[in-house]
This record gives sequence, C-alpha cells and structure tokens, in this order.
Amino acid sequence: MIDFKLTDEQIALKETVRKFVQSEIIPNAHRYDATSEFPHDIIRKAWENGLMNPAVPEKFGGLGLGILEDVIMNEEMGAGCLGMTTSIAVNTLALYPILIGGTDEQIKHWITPFLNEPKLASFCLTEPGAGSDAGGLSLQAKDEGSHFVLNGSKMWITNAGHADLFTVFATTNKELRSKGTVCLAVPAKTPGISLGKHEDKMGQRCSDTRAINFENVKVPKENLIGKIGDGFKIALRTLDKTRTPIAAGAVGAARAAMDYSVKYSKERKQFNQPISNFQGIQFMLADMATKVEAGRLLCYQAAWALDNGQDKMGSYYASLAKRFSADMAMEVATDAVQVYGGYGYTKEYPVEKIMRDVKLVQIYEGTSQIQRVVIARHLLGE
Amino acid sequence: MNIFVLLKQVPDTETKIKIAADKKSIEKGDIKWVINPYDEFAIEQALKTKEQLKAGSVTVVSVGPDRVVEALRTAVAMGADNACHVKTDQDLDTYLVGKALAEVVKKESGQLIFTGKQGIDDDQAATFGYVAELLSWPSASMVVKCEVAADKVVVHREVEGGTRFVIQMPVPALVAVDKGINTPRYASLPGIMKAKKKEIKTYSLADLGLGSEAPKTSSSDFALPPERQAGKKIAGDAATQAKELVRMLREEAKVI
Amino acid sequence: MSTYLIAEHKEGQLKRVSIEILSECLKQGTQPTCILLGSGSLEGAAAELGKHGASKVVILEHSDLASYSNEGYANALYAYLSKQSPSVIISGASWQGKDYLPRLAAKFQVGMATDCTEFKLSGNSATVRRPVFAGKCSKSVSFNASPAIFSVRPNVLAVSGGQSVTPQIEKTGAEVGSIKAKITEVLSSGQKKVDLTEADIIISGGRSLKSADNFKLLFDCAEVMGAAVGASRAAVDAGYAPHDMQVGQTGKTVSPKLYIACGISGAIQHLAGMRTSKVIVAINKDPEAPIFQKADYGIVGDLFEVVPHLTEELKKLKAHS
Repeated sequence: MIDFKLTDEQIALKETVRKFVQSEIIPNAHRYDATSEFPHDIIRKAWENGLMNPAVPEKFGGLGLGILEDVIMNEEMGAGCLGMTTSIAVNTLALYPILIGGTDEQIKHWITPFLNEPKLASFCLTEPGAGSDAGGLSLQAKDEGSHFVLNGSKMWITNAGHADLFTVFATTNKELRSKGTVCLAVPAKTPGISLGKHEDKMGQRCSDTRAINFENVKVPKENLIGKIGDGFKIALRTLDKTRTPIAAGAVGAARAAMDYSVKYSKERKQFNQPISNFQGIQFMLADMATKVEAGRLLCYQAAWALDNGQDKMGSYYASLAKRFSADMAMEVATDAVQVYGGYGYTKEYPVEKIMRDVKLVQIYEGTSQIQRVVIARHLLGE
Repeated sequence: MNIFVLLKQVPDTETKIKIAADKKSIEKGDIKWVINPYDEFAIEQALKTKEQLKAGSVTVVSVGPDRVVEALRTAVAMGADNACHVKTDQDLDTYLVGKALAEVVKKESGQLIFTGKQGIDDDQAATFGYVAELLSWPSASMVVKCEVAADKVVVHREVEGGTRFVIQMPVPALVAVDKGINTPRYASLPGIMKAKKKEIKTYSLADLGLGSEAPKTSSSDFALPPERQAGKKIAGDAATQAKELVRMLREEAKVI
Repeated sequence: MSTYLIAEHKEGQLKRVSIEILSECLKQGTQPTCILLGSGSLEGAAAELGKHGASKVVILEHSDLASYSNEGYANALYAYLSKQSPSVIISGASWQGKDYLPRLAAKFQVGMATDCTEFKLSGNSATVRRPVFAGKCSKSVSFNASPAIFSVRPNVLAVSGGQSVTPQIEKTGAEVGSIKAKITEVLSSGQKKVDLTEADIIISGGRSLKSADNFKLLFDCAEVMGAAVGASRAAVDAGYAPHDMQVGQTGKTVSPKLYIACGISGAIQHLAGMRTSKVIVAINKDPEAPIFQKADYGIVGDLFEVVPHLTEELKKLKAHS
C-alpha cells in the first residue's frame, strides 16, 4: 500500500538543502536577479556541500541518489530562487546523457572531474530552428573517420558561458531526422566554439543562457556517446529523468509564493481588518495550497515510478507533473502578486520575481503544449 | 584527543508554544525538533579543533527519547566520528542530565568537552557547569574564541559591555560556547549518506547507575505571557513623556 | 535551616541585584544570611547590605578570591555552606551567578533554577517562577531536595527601603581549593558596535530626522542603552542613513526586546522588518501615524524634544544601577 513517509535520510537531505537555501540563496537572490550576475560563489558552496551531481552512481564515486531525492532537493531550491536552482541543477541534465549512453570508461573519464571540482556542464540540444521540434536538428556532425566536424549553432543553452563541457546533440544526416543524430562530449574550449552574449531574460536572470556557435569544430570519435543514430534517444531518456525534478522546482517556487501570500494577507489591513479575513483572498490561498500539494504529489508519483524501474509509466507521470506544476506555478505566482496588490508589483517584494521566474518553466524542458501532446499520445495509445 | 560534544534537541525557534492541559509541560505534538543552536556552534568548534590538532576524534552525546537520534545523525553528518545516545523518555532536570552526561564522558574517556552555553528551550544555562563540576574539570562559558593545544585550552569569555576575559585551562576542560564563535558547517549530502550507516551507542539511565534516580526539581504551572495590551499614549510635555516612558520601560515592560 | 544570599560586588561596590533579592526576602519575612567573597575591603559592601536591612553578613576571604573564578567561588561557598544546613541558596543571575551556581549545585548534588523572576520562600524551601523558551512562556519550579538553589534575574524585583541596620559581620578564611582556570588577560573593547540583527535594543529614525547629522541624536541615546541604531527606507532613500542601517522589507529584519521608532510613520514595509519586537515605542508628531497601532507605548511629540530628554532619563537610570 502507499506509504507517504519520507525516510530519515530524505528528511535530513530536505533539511540540509532548506538550511542552505535559507542562508545562502534567499538573502542573495534579489541581488543576483537585479544584476543578472552569475552566482559563482553559491554554486561553489552548493558543490562543496554535495548538492550538485546527486545522480552519479556510487560505483563512479557519486552519491547515487534517485529521482525522489532530486525532486526533494529541487523543491527546496526552487522555493529559494529558480535561477540559482537552474544554475546548480543543470549539471544533472548535462551529464545524464553520458551516464545513460556512455561506456564505463567514458563515464569515468568525463564525469569524474565534476566530482573533484565545482565544474559546470551544459546540455546542448535546442537550436534557433529546433525547439519543440527537437528532432529537427540542424547542427551538422560530419563524419570524417577519426573525428566529427561540427558546424551550426545551439540556442538558449544554460551555463554555456561557464561550462567546461558541452553535451552536444547533432545530426549526421538531416534527412534521417532523429535516426541520424549523435550525442557528443565536447570540451568547451575546443577550437571553433564561440559563445553568444548572456541573454537578457525576463526571469531566472542569474542563470547564464547563451547561443553557442560551432565553426568546423573537430570532435574525436572517442567522444561519441552511444552509436550514430542514438543521439535523440539518449536526449529523450535524459529528459525523462530530469523532467520531474524540474517540475519540483516549480512546486517549490509556487510554495514560496503561497507562503509569502499567506503571511502578507495576515499583515495587510484594509477596511479595518486583515485582508485574510476576506473570502476573495481566502479562496485564492486555498487554491494555491491545493495546487502546490497536487503538483508535489504528481512529482513524487513520477519519481517513485522512475526509481522503481517503471520507465514508461514514469515518463508519462513526469509529463503530467511537468505540465501541471509549471502551469499551476504560474497561476499561483500571478495570484500571489494579486494578493500583494501594488506592493507585489514592485521589486521590493519577492513575488513579482517568482512570477517572472516560473514563466520559463512553462517553456523549457518541453513546453506545456508539448507535454499535453505527449500525455494525449499516451492516452490515445499511439 | 577525545573530544566530546554535549548536545540537546530542542523545539525549533519558530515553534508556536502551546501549553499542555496539565500545565506541566508544553504540547509536543506539532513540534519541529532541531539541534540546539548553541550546540551547533559547539559541534563546529569541536570539528575545527580536531582539524587543527590533526588528531583525535569527536563524539557527540545527547540525552532523550528516540527522536534525539536524528540530532545525533545530523551531527555525524556534519563530521562527528561517534555518537552516544542516553535513551530515556523521562522528563529530566539539570541534576539527572548533568549526572548522565558526566557518566558517559567518564566511561568514554573524554578529554575535552564543547557544549552550547544554554539550551534555548529551558534556558537554564547550567548543564555546562554542572557536568564540569561532577568531572572536577575547569570550565568557562560564553566563550567566543577558543584555541586548543595538546595540554591546554585558551578561551575568550565575553561578559557584558564588551569586556573579555582571556582564560587558560589545563586539559581536561569544558568549554561552553556562545554564538559568533564560528559559522557551523552544513550537514553535507555525502555526510548524511555516511551518517545513515553509523552505529550509535545507546546507554540507558540504569547503565549509568541512575536507574532509580528522580529529578530534584519539578516544573509546573506553565503559562503564556499576558496578551499584548493596546498601546498606551503617554501624555505631558516632552520632559514628562520621556521620564514616564523610561519608568514604564523599566518597571512595567522590564526591557531596560 | 536557613536562607543564604550570595551577594555580588564589583571591586567592593555592591551590585544592585543583591539588594533586590535582599529586599524581596525581607518583604517575605525572611532575614537571609548574606555572603560576600573576596580578598579584603568588603566592609563597604557589607555596610551597604546593612543599609538595606541585612543583619548578618559572612565574608569569605582568601587572596585567591581577589579576582572572580567559578571554581574559587563554588569551592569556597560549598566548603562554608555544607557545614551550615542551608535550606535556600540564592544568587543574582549575573554572568558570575550563572557561572558558579551550577558548580555549587553539582557539589550539593541537587537541581537548580536559573534566572527566576519571582520567588516565594516557604518553610524550608522555595518555589520560583522563571521564563523559558526565550520568554515565550514561564513556569514554576519547586525543589524536591535541599538546599533549594536558584538565581534571580536582575532588574525585576523592586528595591524596598529596608530598615537600615549595622550588620553582624563574620569574617572567615575561605577554603578555595584548586583553581585550574586562570584569567590571564582582561580585554576591554569599549562599547562594541552592536549589529542590528543581534541587538537587544534598537532606536530607529525616519525621514523626520531631516539630515544625516541629526541622527547623532539617536546615536547618543543608543550609546547610553548599549543599543543599535536603525533607519526607515525613507531616511535611507533621502541619504540620511546608509543602507546597512535600514530596517524593513528590503533592509534588515530585527527582533529586539525594545524597538523605539522615532519619526517613523509605520508603513507596511517598515513594519515587516520589526513587527516581532517584544516592546515597541513610537515617537511621532502625527497622532494618526499607523505606527501607533503597533506600538506598546506611544508619545505624540516632537522627537527633537523628546529624544534628548529620553537620553537624559536613561543616563540617570544607568547611574543608579
């Protein structure tokens, strides 16, 4: 039967991340959002406390934590600042393709440096012309025997400006679409790679987002993860693993927005009473609470399925979790600004930032529209 | 050096205090239990001392019911080497807790003790001195700086008004720390995973020769402070108002 | 069976808390035996105790007691008191009392109660009340063993004019035993700058201060109280105070025992930063200022007149402690 209890370690983990968020992330979030500066120090501290790369298996020197642990951590970090969460957590996204598709030697070679130093990696799938249509990649990987040559560009790549490693998805033959794709481990300093500017975004502003240009970039064959034709599959299996923690980040952000709203509504007085006395406000708060709980439970269900070998159902649940959590977080954050009224519209109060931050969750890692497509496909047996 | 940390599990500072029906304690139902914040500084100081001496071990010990094991594991996750749990469901007082802790330190051959200056629940600020006396060790409390050599401890004890006493004590000694002495490290994730497997040594009060002992003080009549009164407006000219305000702050509000 | 009061002195000057405890004992009809520890020149302190009604004073003397030590005090007190059949032993909950009393209680193998705000002597014991959970509630403590040992919080009990007497003074050599902890240096950093978030008392200024120079008024008052000085966002925006003094939504959140808001209207952003203060005082010219709704004590007046008077009154109070 269902047991909703977290284990002692999961509780301890939640508590340690929560403390870290309280002391390191929350006091600094506003400042990094305003300046759009990259949170180097905070990322380093997160790494020092073992908060990064949780999924690397124990046999390779990692903690070997499951998706549920990742979900718990992401919810706590999301409640602090989604921009910092993304900066800290995107290593998991970037390194998963190697964990999933690589040989043991490749894993040891590419992943070990990230356990020894607070290095960053980027997951390079999206292109200027390939967003939701991730199968329609244009970045060309020309097979020249001992190496591939990359030509083309990637767009909206997180941590690109600070990464040591790019996990790049390219195509050897555009006509074959997904079946011609490859996954390559590409050191960031490889000649021919140039970066676009740090994008000036609506939200998650401390998170580094850039275009990457590849001009005759030579990548040795040893850097091929899996076989030619495996690339897109590896990408999808990666996203299956990360979709749920990303959703959990949105749950955390929504939870923070709700907590702020509850607190403010008790302090703000109008018509001689706290606005929490008014049903209009109470109903908004009640809806926030329901959405946050539902989002969390969808995440937990997906995480459980994925951690217990149910890959297909897990992937489906993950889409439900992502679709719902991203959309509800946007609703909750918008309502939070509403509860705060004029004050909520200013940067002096924390809720407008949450609203700007969560909007992105509806877009990245599979838009809410794509999630619906996936969910419908599952239902219609396609 | 065998370094000990005496730690206590207390309700989180955000806890809304509710008094039990029999008024002999507070309601424990909804409480979030944490390591006493002053003891966190003690754990950190013990770990720093071990790192600085490049030798020794840190053992944490706590008295209480099963739930204190979580506090002990958190300390191990921070880096403590060993943990001892004096398991009891009884409500104890300074006398029994002091005796129990002193016995454990004796049995485990402790040579240096760090603890917080007080527990933020009972605010007795007495355990440190009690244990030190039972062990016949020197002690210092309200310590904001501490340096340990193989045979002695030098502490800075900060009393009121910015005055500091520099005190030297031979080892074995007990140091009760105040906040500001250091910044406690987080329980890292690898630490938490390792702590999961750590065996915790359990003692009962009987094991320590205290099986038939009872507390020597009893608590009762817990009460919440009176409701915040509606604000008073103080009348008169400026001089009168100031005088009256100071009088009320001193005699009524008792904040100066 | 009798009551003993361990009186505290600083270089021969009696501390006020000892008089507070003495007054309360006398009020309850008990004449406590007062104990002074030190190394000579304690006659003045003994006489002072007599002025407030103490008829019996014991002076425990030893050169090792010239400076305070918890071992010295605990050893000397135990050596003396264990021969007396004490039923109650009381000290002030000063930094000294909180330091040696636990050791003394351990020697007697009894429990104890720290920082009591009330005590009732009855028969051969006592009942006390003390704050717990950082003052969020209080409780009574009774003693199941003898002697009942407790310390009393300073500045709570009233000093009542006791019948001035010439006390009977008994001087005896103290058995100090071995003192392992030695004071090697005394450092005085003078008045430390108190961090806003840690301060017990904060006095804050708003836009009405009109200039950065005028904040001196608040700094002078703060110095007497050992308080920190804060500012509202309006004052900071106007350049009258630096941002690190700002209390409020985008400034610091504080929770002192006492918060004095001078010329601050009480906008919701400011309240967010200080609403959990234990006692709030508001000084403002505008009787309708929202801050008065949150204040425990309000003064409708000109802060430029009130604050200097406040500083004077506080100086007077300090001199009497």
